[in-house]
Amino acid sequence: MPRLDSTRYTVLFATAVSVVCALLVATAAVGLRERQEVNAQLYKQKNVLLASSLAQPGESLSAADVQAIFERRIKVRALDLKTGQLLPEDKFDVRNYDQRKARNDVALSRPAPANDAQIARLPHVAAVYLVNAPDGKVEQLVLPIEGMGMWGTMYGFLSIDRDGNTVRGLTFYEQKETPGLGGEISNPKWQALWVGRKSYDANWAPQLAVIKGQAGPPDKDPHHIDGLSGATITSNGVTRVVRFWLSAEGYGPYLKTVRSGGTPL
Amino acid sequence: MSAPSAVFGKREKTALLDPIVSINPIAVQVLGICSALAVTTRMDKALVMGIGVTLVTALANLAVSLVRNHTPGSIRIIVQLAIIASLVIVVDQVLKATLYELSLELSVFVGLIITNCIVMGRAEGFAMQNPPWLSFLDGIGNGLGYALILLIVGFVRELTGAGTLFGVEVVPLTKNGGWYEPNGLMLLAPSGLFLIALIIWALRTWKPELQEKD
Repeated sequence: MPRLDSTRYTVLFATAVSVVCALLVATAAVGLRERQEVNAQLYKQKNVLLASSLAQPGESLSAADVQAIFERRIKVRALDLKTGQLLPEDKFDVRNYDQRKARNDVALSRPAPANDAQIARLPHVAAVYLVNAPDGKVEQLVLPIEGMGMWGTMYGFLSIDRDGNTVRGLTFYEQKETPGLGGEISNPKWQALWVGRKSYDANWAPQLAVIKGQAGPPDKDPHHIDGLSGATITSNGVTRVVRFWLSAEGYGPYLKTVRSGGTPL
Repeated sequence: MSAPSAVFGKREKTALLDPIVSINPIAVQVLGICSALAVTTRMDKALVMGIGVTLVTALANLAVSLVRNHTPGSIRIIVQLAIIASLVIVVDQVLKATLYELSLELSVFVGLIITNCIVMGRAEGFAMQNPPWLSFLDGIGNGLGYALILLIVGFVRELTGAGTLFGVEVVPLTKNGGWYEPNGLMLLAPSGLFLIALIIWALRTWKPELQEKD
C-alpha cells in the first residue's frame, strides 16, 4: 500500500477518478442521445401546435396525439425565402429537411445580410407549417424564427394569420436565457400577450416590439408587447429577431404574396 | 427483525430512518433550502427533484465510501465533487431522455443538485467515515427526508396557488366557473420560506429535544 499523501499516489488517484467519471458521463450522454433527439423533435412539433393554438399550454400530448393533429390540420411546405414562393411538393422533400443543418451548409444557405438579430447565415429554404381550418382552408402560417437572445440563440415559431399581418401565437422551444428572467419568454402567459397584435404598420414595415413596461390591449396598442422585467437584453433580442424575420430578408416577400392572395397556399 | 442481521440491523435502520424525520436535512439540519423554494410550485417538479436528489445522494455516498480508505486527504473534497458532478450529469441526461418537458422546467435546478448542501454534506460528514452499505442507506434516508419536505411544501403551494395537484384541477377554479380564486403569492418564493418555517416550528414543538438550549 503506497502512502496516501505521496504526490505520486495523489496524482494517480485523481487521474483514475477522472477517467472513471468521464467514462460514466460519456456513456450516459452517448447512450441516451437518440432518445433525447426524438424528445426534442416531438417538443418542437408540439410548439408548432402551441403557436397555432391547436394545443393548449400544459396539455399533455403523446407522440401519437401530436402526429394525429399534424395529419389532420397541418401541412409542412418548403418556402424559397428569396422569392417568397412555396416550392412544389414533388420537387422538395421537406419532411426530411433539417433547416438548422441546412443553415450551416454552404450549398444550402447564404450569408445573412447585416442584421441586429445576429443571424449569420440564412438557409435558401425554410420549412413553414400551414395550418388548415377544419374545412381545409389555410388559416394560419407557422413560421420558424431564430436569433440571438442574451446567452444564446433562441429558436421558436411565430404564427401569422392568413391576412399576412395579425399574430396568432409565438413560442420558443429552445433558448438559454436566464431562468426566471429572460427565460420567461417560454412562459405561456407572456406568449399569450402576442395574440392579436399586428406585425406591420400602414407602410408594411415590421413594427412588433417588446417594450419597457406594459402595453395596452391589442386593439388600442397593436404593435407592442409587455417587457420582461429584469430581462431587457432578452426583450430587445426578441424584438430584433421577430422584426428580422418579418422584414424583406425573412418572410416579408412570402407574407406579401399571401396578402395579395397570389400564392397558392 | 429480532436477530441483528449484518444487512439490515439497528445501525442500518437508524441510518435510513433517522434522516426522514428526526434529523431531517431541511427541517432540522436546514440544508438544501434554495432548491426547496424553487421546485415546490408543483408536486410533479418536487417529486422528480426529490427522486433525483435521493439517487444522487445515495450513489454519491456509496461511491465516496467505497474509495474512502484510498482517497488522499488533500484532494478528498475535489474527488467528492467529481463523483457528485458526474452523477448529476447522468441524472440530467436520463431526465432529458425520459421526461423531456419536465427537464426543461427543472432546467438549472437539476444541474444545481451538485451545489445542494445535502449531497456534499452527507458525503463529507458521513460517507467518509462509514462503510458503503451504511452510507448508501444514509443517502437514501436523507434524500427521502428532503423529498418528504418538498412534497409537503409542494402539496400546499400547488393546491393553494394553482388549485391543482400534479397538474390536475382538484378545487373548482373561478376561471372555470368554480369558487376558488388561486392565491398567486403561494407560487412565489417567499411562501416556500413561510411553509418551511412552519414545518420547522411544528417539528420542534413535536420533538422538544430539537430545540437549542440557550
